[in-house]
Amino acid sequence: MASEQADATDGDTGALALKILVAGGFGVGKTTLVGAVSEIRPLRTEELLSEVGESVDDTDGVDQKVTTTVAMDFGRITIRSGLSLYLFGTPGQDRFWFLWDELAQGALGAVVLADTRRLQDCFPAVDYFEHRHIPFVVAVNCFAGARSYGAHDVSRALDLDDGTPVVLCDARDRDSGKEVLIRLVEYAGRMHTARLLDSVG
Amino acid sequence: MSRGRTVLMTEDSAGAPHRPPDSQWYDNEAGPLVRPYAMTGGRTRPGPSGVRFDLIALVSLDTGAPDVLDDTSLGPEHRTLIELCRAETQSVAELAADADLPVGVVRVLLGDLLELGCVTVSRPVPPGQLPDERILREVIEGLRAL
Repeated sequence: MASEQADATDGDTGALALKILVAGGFGVGKTTLVGAVSEIRPLRTEELLSEVGESVDDTDGVDQKVTTTVAMDFGRITIRSGLSLYLFGTPGQDRFWFLWDELAQGALGAVVLADTRRLQDCFPAVDYFEHRHIPFVVAVNCFAGARSYGAHDVSRALDLDDGTPVVLCDARDRDSGKEVLIRLVEYAGRMHTARLLDSVG
Repeated sequence: MSRGRTVLMTEDSAGAPHRPPDSQWYDNEAGPLVRPYAMTGGRTRPGPSGVRFDLIALVSLDTGAPDVLDDTSLGPEHRTLIELCRAETQSVAELAADADLPVGVVRVLLGDLLELGCVTVSRPVPPGQLPDERILREVIEGLRAL
């Protein structure tokens, strides 16, 4: 709505959108977390792929198939008129890494969801964000029946850099999800300030 | 328009707003009946060079926009996007989900609408550049207040 842009603060149209990624292994609760904190029902959007997947997709017997789609979950939180937070659940399959590059562009930070029963599933996401210096927090989704570990144990098992926050959470719970996002935004702010100081000193 | 059963998969194609009326012979498993390239006239990139629509770029209907609804160069998918933007400023990703179209298709169609002066598009935050501290504080307070 045009009237919403009257209180312009930034950018061309005044509206500012920030992006947070939610990554982690298959079935760890990415969609659940996005749904728990989003004010809109989790929407799915599809990116059309063609050719890119050819070298890795086994297309024997399906030679008609030249396109495929990959679904991404996303949700939205409106902070105020003209300032919204968008959450994107990253596609789980490794072969969609190139999509991550697009998603990660300009992202404020990322939440890596982890399940202590199969911690190795989140290694690729941790590596990805570390290499690209994208601020992230590890959120341990505490599944019922899983042995509980402390944040410190998880941090050590993942060999995280000092300072990378580890938060225990319940991805189904809205308050728990909010807390994860707050920790991420705080951490992203600290990382950013530290980098600015580095660059001048 | 070229039509046929496509190999496109949709997770949930129920309620597609622009499903052609003659498609009722097929169930949802058949997927959309219009191939993506048909909707874009074979184009894979938006028209004006250098335009790149980020997933969270916000699209608004230009209030001073010319009335283009009679423009015969616009397809039903263009009109769907215009109607969605009329209801509310939306991100490219939301438009794709609500119109039930692949993001790549929506980008091309939005390029047309931008060229016609129907819509305005916000620039996303440049990569590697965070919004200032004030904004981040506002985000944190906003999340707490939810």
